[in-house]
Amino acid sequence: MIQFLLKRLGVVIPTFLGITVLAFALIHVIPGDPVLVMLGERNIDPTYYREAMHRLGLDLPLWQQYLHYLGNLLQGDLGTSIKTNIPVLQEFLALFPATLELSLAAMGFALVFGLAAGIVAAVKRGTVVDHTVMGAALTGYSMPIFWWGLILIMVVSVHLGLTPVSGRIDIEYDIAPITGLMLIDTLISGEPGAFVSALEHLILPAIVLGTIPLAVIARMTRSAMLEVLREDYIRTARAKGLSRSRVILKHALRNALMPVVTVIGLQVGTMLAGAVLTETIFSWPGIGKWLIDAIGARDYPVVQGGILLIASMIILVNLLVDLLYGVINPRIRHAR
Amino acid sequence: MPTTHTLDIANAGGSSMLLDIKNLDVTFGAGDNPFRAVAGVDLQVAPGEIVGIVGESGSGKSVTMLAAMGLIDAPGRVTADRLSFAGRDLLTMKPREKRAIVGAEISMIFQDAQTSLNPAYAVGDQLLETLAEHQNLKGAAARARVLELLEQVEIPDAKSRLSAYPHQLSGGMSQRVMIAMAIACNPKLLIADEPTTALDVTVQAQIMELLVNLQRQNNMGLILITHDLAVVAEVAQRVVVMYAGEVVEQSPVPDIFNTPRHPYTQALLCSIPEHSKGAERLATLSGVVPGRYDRPKGCLLSPRCPYVQPVCHNEHPLLEATHRGSARCFFALDDAGRPSHG
Repeated sequence: MIQFLLKRLGVVIPTFLGITVLAFALIHVIPGDPVLVMLGERNIDPTYYREAMHRLGLDLPLWQQYLHYLGNLLQGDLGTSIKTNIPVLQEFLALFPATLELSLAAMGFALVFGLAAGIVAAVKRGTVVDHTVMGAALTGYSMPIFWWGLILIMVVSVHLGLTPVSGRIDIEYDIAPITGLMLIDTLISGEPGAFVSALEHLILPAIVLGTIPLAVIARMTRSAMLEVLREDYIRTARAKGLSRSRVILKHALRNALMPVVTVIGLQVGTMLAGAVLTETIFSWPGIGKWLIDAIGARDYPVVQGGILLIASMIILVNLLVDLLYGVINPRIRHAR
Repeated sequence: MPTTHTLDIANAGGSSMLLDIKNLDVTFGAGDNPFRAVAGVDLQVAPGEIVGIVGESGSGKSVTMLAAMGLIDAPGRVTADRLSFAGRDLLTMKPREKRAIVGAEISMIFQDAQTSLNPAYAVGDQLLETLAEHQNLKGAAARARVLELLEQVEIPDAKSRLSAYPHQLSGGMSQRVMIAMAIACNPKLLIADEPTTALDVTVQAQIMELLVNLQRQNNMGLILITHDLAVVAEVAQRVVVMYAGEVVEQSPVPDIFNTPRHPYTQALLCSIPEHSKGAERLATLSGVVPGRYDRPKGCLLSPRCPYVQPVCHNEHPLLEATHRGSARCFFALDDAGRPSHG
């Protein structure tokens, strides 16, 4: 087990380095720079501009800037936001809980409905139910997030007036961030109205963000279940006289979970990318919106640091997924 | 003209029979061209009796037994005039009632034991599940019973095997676990579907011996599906020969080996090395079991039968009583193994 972990970590280090290069290069490829954005593009005093660029170290050759950045990174310093002058890590930690809450809700939504849809489709293979579920899944998978989000806002929030249009909670509530997760903080605050409000704000963005993972999970669950349901041990389970639901949920699902868990791990990446769009649509104060704003402001340290932190999340989740394999499948556990 | 005959054994009455199947059909595929994988099968098993079912691959042996267990899924359809177990009608029974019987009073083991055990659960858990399901046995009592079962199927160091996973067991060991699972609730009938086919020859003998011993100890009915006639000759009291979904002959054991009435049975026997001593090559029956699209119109064996007559191509023979059994042939073989048309 420990050997396995070390092997995995060995792969992680070059991955990290690659990410720093990519993040650094990409943001610098975009035309413009932070000073230009801040000062406006016309009538800039050239002396002041040069001075500002020098102060920020942006007048150095790119490779020197990169090495500088890397050196700071190795000391645990992600840099300071050019725009706000607040350390990147501090900003990230303040905003990340919002994204985490949204992502968890979206993943929970995707898991519950995706697994259920996949199982039902597999069990009812070839029937109307199967075709309907899989058709819906394909539609969901093909839906552009920003369009889906806008449609939902128009129908559910504006037309039906069922949920708020944007934000995390109504303005009337002032909730102290304890965990940073609004649902939990509002529960702690003891104001029932605040909790309901937070929940109402969460539902639509979670659905929007969870739609693609839901579709992927449903399709993967279906195909994995179909394969497993043909196995000899399913026949054995039925020959034991077990109920249908027990055969499916205990004997089949456990074995079908392997590929599904893999997909879930991969979807975390997709989801964090989707979070950027979803948060922008719903004015959700998380790292997605923060990153978009930072790109607009050419806030180099924020973009680089943000990408690096998100990448670490994805790496971490996939590492957890690898460990989960062993829990689900004894053959893998023993092979290690 | 062939006439319909009721088998003597069927006249003994359904109620005294452990398993009583009459005119069982299993059909797959809907629409214009459904496929009858099993057609008009009659089968009776008395309490404590060992019945061998033999036939080539695709002859419907396993499907017949899966149908009896209620394990044929849609789109497969099962119909029968009678399908009863210990006097209870399995056809009209509610699924819940049936589930209480299946796995407890009738149980089944399969050809490939290693893939028949769930790879995700420890052996002990899979055994415990059966006890919990049917006997509501849990906790320490259940564990003690599982240990007892594992010892009964002669698994060495049973205690340490409880937490083993199927991939850690050999084929023979897996089959012992399957047998332990099958006998966990002291079934009245055990169906063994080619239980030794996937095993080494030395292990085959051990598993057969174990099965027969358990059968004697518990006085269970045992249905042995196999294509190994030698095994059947040794352990079974009665043999049912199936071909292309039909019973073509059934008879007590000495008779079927000494005086086979059906050409197919005769051909099967000729393919046993011990029966063909001195011959340079083993006798084989040319061709294969007809499939879905090449069913002959008359007798299903007619394209392969060495004694075929014009009538065989046009009319379908019925199962007719022979000396102590029955055979499905217009020209049933005589004691010397010659067809009755001379």
